[in-house]
Amino acid sequence: MNPEIKKIDTDVLIIGAGGAGLRAALEISQANLSCLILTKSVLGKAHTVMAEGGIAASLGDVDPQDNWTVHFADTIVEGVYIGNYRMAELLAKEAPERVYELERYGALFDRTPEGKIMQRAFGAHTYRRLCHIGDKTGLEIIRVLEDQILYRDNVKILDETVVTKLFAKNNRAIGAVAWSLREGIFYAISAKAIIVATGGLGRIYKVTSNSHESTGDGISLAFQIGARLRDMEMVQFHPTGMVWPEGVRGLLVTEGVRGEGGILLNKNGERFMLRYSPEKKELDARDVVARAIYREIIEGRGTEHGGVYLDITHKGAAFIKKKLPAMYEQFKEFAGVDITKEKMEVAPTVHYFMGGIYVDPETTATTVDGLFSAGEAASGLHGANRLGGNSLADILVFGRRAGIYAALYAKDHDLIKLDDSEVEQEVKRVLDYIDDKATEDQDPYIIIEDLRQTMSDKVGILRDPNDLEYALNKIYSLKEKAKNVRARGSLTFNQGLLGCLELNHMLLLAELIVRAAIERKESRGAHFRKDYPKKDRSYLKNIVFDYNDNNIKMSYIPVPEIPDDLKKYVKEEVYD
Amino acid sequence: MTKKKFRIFRFDPNKDKEPYFKEYEVDVKEGMVVLDAVIYISQMIDTTLAVRWNCKAARCGSCSAEINGKPRLMCKTRVSDLGDTITIEPMKAFKIVKDLVTDVSINFEYAKKIPKFNPKPGLPQIWQMQQISVERAQEFKRCIECFLCQDSCHVFRNHKDNYYIGPRNVIKTAIYDFHPLDSEDRTEFLDRSGLNFCNVTKCCQEVCPEHIRITDNAIIPEKERLLNRKDPLYKLVSKLKGRDR
Ligand SMILES: Cc1cc2nc3c(=O)[nH]c(=O)nc-3n(C[C@H](O)[C@H](O)[C@H](O)COP(=O)(O)OP(=O)(O)OC[C@H]3O[C@@H](n4cnc5c(N)ncnc54)[C@H](O)[C@@H]3O)c2cc1C
Ligand code: SF4
Ligand code: SF4
Ligand code: FES
Repeated sequence: MNPEIKKIDTDVLIIGAGGAGLRAALEISQANLSCLILTKSVLGKAHTVMAEGGIAASLGDVDPQDNWTVHFADTIVEGVYIGNYRMAELLAKEAPERVYELERYGALFDRTPEGKIMQRAFGAHTYRRLCHIGDKTGLEIIRVLEDQILYRDNVKILDETVVTKLFAKNNRAIGAVAWSLREGIFYAISAKAIIVATGGLGRIYKVTSNSHESTGDGISLAFQIGARLRDMEMVQFHPTGMVWPEGVRGLLVTEGVRGEGGILLNKNGERFMLRYSPEKKELDARDVVARAIYREIIEGRGTEHGGVYLDITHKGAAFIKKKLPAMYEQFKEFAGVDITKEKMEVAPTVHYFMGGIYVDPETTATTVDGLFSAGEAASGLHGANRLGGNSLADILVFGRRAGIYAALYAKDHDLIKLDDSEVEQEVKRVLDYIDDKATEDQDPYIIIEDLRQTMSDKVGILRDPNDLEYALNKIYSLKEKAKNVRARGSLTFNQGLLGCLELNHMLLLAELIVRAAIERKESRGAHFRKDYPKKDRSYLKNIVFDYNDNNIKMSYIPVPEIPDDLKKYVKEEVYD
Repeated sequence: MTKKKFRIFRFDPNKDKEPYFKEYEVDVKEGMVVLDAVIYISQMIDTTLAVRWNCKAARCGSCSAEINGKPRLMCKTRVSDLGDTITIEPMKAFKIVKDLVTDVSINFEYAKKIPKFNPKPGLPQIWQMQQISVERAQEFKRCIECFLCQDSCHVFRNHKDNYYIGPRNVIKTAIYDFHPLDSEDRTEFLDRSGLNFCNVTKCCQEVCPEHIRITDNAIIPEKERLLNRKDPLYKLVSKLKGRDR
């Protein structure tokens, strides 16, 4: 096989066409620089389109008492004090402007009776803060950003094109090799600056709400050229995923259902959240609600299909169909359940990755020069637990910042061309996976499914040290097996080849998740250890990973201390 | 456990002279959707089978296909609602990339031509809009760009002779037109875009997985607008009133 390799030079390369990538692209374009966006899925279909509940911004349109200081404090407290204060501050201050800007791009949020933007309640937000468009907020964000970008000549989009490797020279990112599924060819891209906006890694787990494409590629690719990773143990479980039918196990049931008044019941009809969280009840932070549901299930008070009930029937059909149309549709179509008349069955599902690439709070710069990162691929903002609605705000606030600072960097630096022989070497590495004599047991998806099951079974909501050790050993043995995976066929839309490439990222990231989970001997936010069920002051720090010369190094860094002028807004952390 | 046969369209333009069908047998579980079976085949039986999917939740519009001849989302079609043999083909309105995957980029090429959202001049920084006036456009904003409506539209399918941007792009135009603060006149654009060829068969509306009333709520009102535009009296009135809403 001797495939075509097309060369492209661009000022800025953006990997990912989710909210973060598209928002960044706008800034690059406005700075009159050229920009190339690569995405694994078709334009407009990135994982962001699934976001339902809304975007958090303290507009105060519904609760006028709300303001950025409260949003800031909520973010720090729910991140259990290991989040980066400066990122939380920027998010809280800039989110309102990002929302108004979406409106100027043409977004149509639901309205209050006064004609302002409607905001709904969401778990652990002090005030009603989530701006939304029914339960299709993510779709609307992607569409209006797409609309901005479609008309620009200096933005080029190559969709269904997968980055297989990043290149760096003397700790400066210089380009990437990508494989186009649709065209069956390769691209060698030299760029002055690169933005990783590749989203999360939920697909490493069997039970997840995440899209097919969420396999953590960008985090792994950046790590391999020296970018530091942080908070890898912090995987968020959303309390409510569908449990049945099997094919949709894990599919999200939006927090909006609880925000709009839905209550949780065990099989005895008991509203059990009154026991776990008498004040905030169903709307406590995600980790609290998820663990409560999980406990009810393992202690035998679960439903037939292994979940608990979520009931919104008391709100009436008209209200439900207006406020939660996608949920109504989802249960009707997939489970044959009418949620205006019947209870839903739900259980926790892997939903969001707080960990990821270490970035500078102002500029989103990673530890590699010229490499920036924003959105779910980056880390720091959410600490040990993400607030619902904060991610959509994150991708816009920091997507924009990534664009601004990558543009500044690109204006200041020359292009370094990729070395032809290195490009060829990478293309050869990918091509080596293609083998028409490949046997059934060389199928990458056998290992992928094994890994996903292991992560769901052993690295879940309540983490047991023996399970974690088991998972780590399992990952090492799967890594060995992974050396033999091969795919038959050509370069055009080769599903098997995609599996071979994604598998390597998934294994590397799974290893880091488990190693960090073993290391953090306390319980904080999303990370809950059976053997250390309490929070421990000595772990008020972040675990980070670095990679040099094929060596993975784990270490701790302190959480930057909140300056006094901000500290006054945040209630002090307590330990018992 | 029951088994069902999946007859799947196969074609690799790089090497196959002609398309053919290949049959696979899959164990069917309760509540299974067609995409579950196709993913199983493409991951566990034959990884050379090309299929496009992402959300598996009927939210991204990737997995469009013709199932037993009908344009549908594979992830939203229950296997139990179909017979013992299920035939799956790609959408026919678009060029085939491989097997079930088609090249839908033409839709974006057309979308680019739509005059973009253009807010009225002189609006304050923060806009006020009433729920009732955003609702019409919100219906169209549910569109997940599955392009099944494009696939079902006979005018679009044969648009080599009669250029038509297709129902999806009429919806997209209507989103801007029905935005309460928009100020652009897109009738001239629609006039050039083949809307006149649409003979209101409503096929597009029937296949829309988002249940958008494409013909009733977007196409017909836009057609009326086109007609009115040619009426001189209307022109005068709309000039005086600012816009026609
Ligand atoms: C069901 C669901 C509901 C949610 N609801 C909400 C909500 O209500 N509010 C909220 O704030 N958050 C919500 N979230 C979280 C939020 O949607 C995501 O965190 C956010 O959209 C991530 O956006 P992103 O731009 O970082 O990445 P993504 O949208 O995940 O985009 C990643 C992009 O990178 C591309 N990519 C990945 N790897 C490669 C590669 N190797 N080469 C090329 N391209 C690549 C992908 O194709 C994609 O285009 C929800 C999440 C889910 C799953
Ligand atoms: S109503 Fe018009 S747009 Fe829709 S399918 Fe029929 S001809 Fe095509
Ligand atoms: S209007 Fe309906 S059928 Fe057409 S692309 Fe949008 S969602 Fe699909
Ligand atoms: S996979 Fe997203 S719509 Fe079917």
